[in-house]
Amino acid sequence: MIISSNISKKYGQTEVLNIESLDIPKGQSFGLVGNNGAGKTTYFNILLDLIRPTTGHIKNNNIIVNESEEWKSFTGSFIDESFLIGYLTPEEYFYFIGDLRGMNTADVDTYLQQFNELFNDEIIGKKKYLRDLSKGNQKKAGIVAAMMGNPSVVVLDEPFANLDPTTQIRLKQLLKTLTDDHDVTLLVSSHDLNHVTEVCERIVVLDKGLVVKDIETSSQTLQELESYFAI
Amino acid sequence: MILHFLKLEWKQYFRSSYWGKGIALKILMAFFALYFIVSFLSLGIFGYYYMKKEFPEQDPLQIVNSYLVFAILGDLIFRYLMQKLPIMNIKPMLILPIKKQALVHFVLGKSAFSFFNFMSLFFYIPFSVVLIKEGYDIVSVLGWFFSMLFIIQATNFLNFLINKNNIAFWIIATLTAGLIALQSFEFFDITIYSQRIFDSVVASPYLASIPLVLAITLYYFNFKLLKDKVYLDDAVSQKVEEATSVDLSWADRLGDAAPFIKNDIRLIWRNKRTKTVFLMSFLFLLYGLIFYTNPIYAEKMPAFLIFASLFVTGGFALNYGQFIPAWDSAHYKMLMSQNIRYRKFLESKWFLMVAMTAILYFLSIPYIYFGFDIFLMITAGAVFNIGFNSLFLLYAGSFNRKRIDLDKGGFSNMQGTSATQFLIILPIMGIPMLLFYIFDKFIGFNAGIIAIALVGVLGILFKNYFMTLIEKKYIKDKYAMIHAFDQKS
Repeated sequence: MIISSNISKKYGQTEVLNIESLDIPKGQSFGLVGNNGAGKTTYFNILLDLIRPTTGHIKNNNIIVNESEEWKSFTGSFIDESFLIGYLTPEEYFYFIGDLRGMNTADVDTYLQQFNELFNDEIIGKKKYLRDLSKGNQKKAGIVAAMMGNPSVVVLDEPFANLDPTTQIRLKQLLKTLTDDHDVTLLVSSHDLNHVTEVCERIVVLDKGLVVKDIETSSQTLQELESYFAI
Repeated sequence: MILHFLKLEWKQYFRSSYWGKGIALKILMAFFALYFIVSFLSLGIFGYYYMKKEFPEQDPLQIVNSYLVFAILGDLIFRYLMQKLPIMNIKPMLILPIKKQALVHFVLGKSAFSFFNFMSLFFYIPFSVVLIKEGYDIVSVLGWFFSMLFIIQATNFLNFLINKNNIAFWIIATLTAGLIALQSFEFFDITIYSQRIFDSVVASPYLASIPLVLAITLYYFNFKLLKDKVYLDDAVSQKVEEATSVDLSWADRLGDAAPFIKNDIRLIWRNKRTKTVFLMSFLFLLYGLIFYTNPIYAEKMPAFLIFASLFVTGGFALNYGQFIPAWDSAHYKMLMSQNIRYRKFLESKWFLMVAMTAILYFLSIPYIYFGFDIFLMITAGAVFNIGFNSLFLLYAGSFNRKRIDLDKGGFSNMQGTSATQFLIILPIMGIPMLLFYIFDKFIGFNAGIIAIALVGVLGILFKNYFMTLIEKKYIKDKYAMIHAFDQKS
């Protein structure tokens, strides 16, 4: 589904990302871990055509992302709060995105129903603008919006950060069900090794822009990752 | 798609933090807006008749035409300084299924309707109406008017092209200054050519198509340029300012308050709004020119010369001082949780105000040109600013309860303004004006000057006593301030 070939990104002399090849098959739940500056967000930004790679390209469902914009219609994503439209209420934001993804108001309402628990009465009907919500609630809104309109690729950068424990557990559940029937390709980055091993079937470790580990998740994975990062 | 964008624009406008302000501020801002609109409108409506009366042998339209070149250059310089393409607005759209081309068209199209493009229309429209009413050929006037409209749009898009380039700005600024200089020394008169060009538009209205083509071409260039730059590390990037560290070790000699003074200097220099206050204080230095050159004040209202004299040296103290300690509101809690003495925090602010007033006083020496009396007034004003106003502003600051976010812009930012700011004007301006008025009237000029200076000297002599009072007041109000500065508007 997502094929990266010879991707690199240089700012001046410093290379922040260099991935020779990385294939993520359709339906895989894929986790990206690494310390700060490892290149996780850079990789996602290139995948979403938010920055241009210095060399190479990424294909999303056979579409080269920086040449055509067709991939946008089946890719949902959330990077950080600056990608929310701060002066909209969450409802307006959902209707707006829904509209872009071919959902009418009723569709959006039905879609949002399933998140009542996750939202915990703090997002819908609160008469607050997105910019005035707490970081955690902003994140929830962004993640829920990213999954609207049945995208076949979902990209989430650090979805667990800033969330309260209950929501973290619910989100894990949500992501697992999302990828249950292997229709949706899920890409997640995280600093939380626990969560990411629970959610993802495959984990890639980046360090200073290079792929240093590519693991099929098993019962030993968490331990392996912990010992890797313990140094 | 267009409808979506329009709806978003609507919401963005009415939900911007502008509208969350208090009613007094809204009225004040509406008043300023109205003032500009009315002045442009009346210029447009009555300008024609005024010129007709003053220069009966000349055609008002031709007079306007001859100066249009300066209007256009001035517009370009003004835009360069003030107008930026609001490209960050499209960041949230980047990850949505919207074509980048549509986003670029949206941003550019939107800019065609910006405030900057409407301002001068308040002059051009009524002026054109008057022209038609006065019997000018309708087609000619319309041709002329549309040329203006298209030139405004062309300037709009030209500005975005050159905006990133400082060299382009200096070229235009030098060109404008050069043309003005050449004209005033009568070497070369650009207005003749300006008049010829725009007269020919009046003569053959179809020439309005030239600026139209120009505007469209410039739009296209912008589009071409931006289209390939809609990336987070390119056009849609938040400019991260490179941190510049200046060696402030000289401040260490200033005693216990030194760490705070160093911090305050960094605060002023590294934030837009405080930097504006700092730079504006040098502009206030020129404030006296308006008053001292007008004989009316010297003859009839000398108290207003005192008003000007206070501003000449007090620009910084007044503008910076009135928002103490709200400048530190974002980290006020942190400051209060540290092992510091309030006194040092206040001393540092006091030192800054006094030091800047002294510097501005030094720079005001050339005002001797306007006579020794004027310079005496400035001296008395400086002493008053140092002795009385600096302490009074510190005291008044303890009534500040409005948070200021330093990362917000400098111009026309009224955050942190409350009734306090309006009330403190009375003593800091009123007392010296009143003192001078009374002593000048009943005893004489020198007595008026001495009275003002004396209040300042008393302030300096009893500084420690007053500082203790102020410190007590701050400590008493500490929790109220912490609470208030926590409230984001």
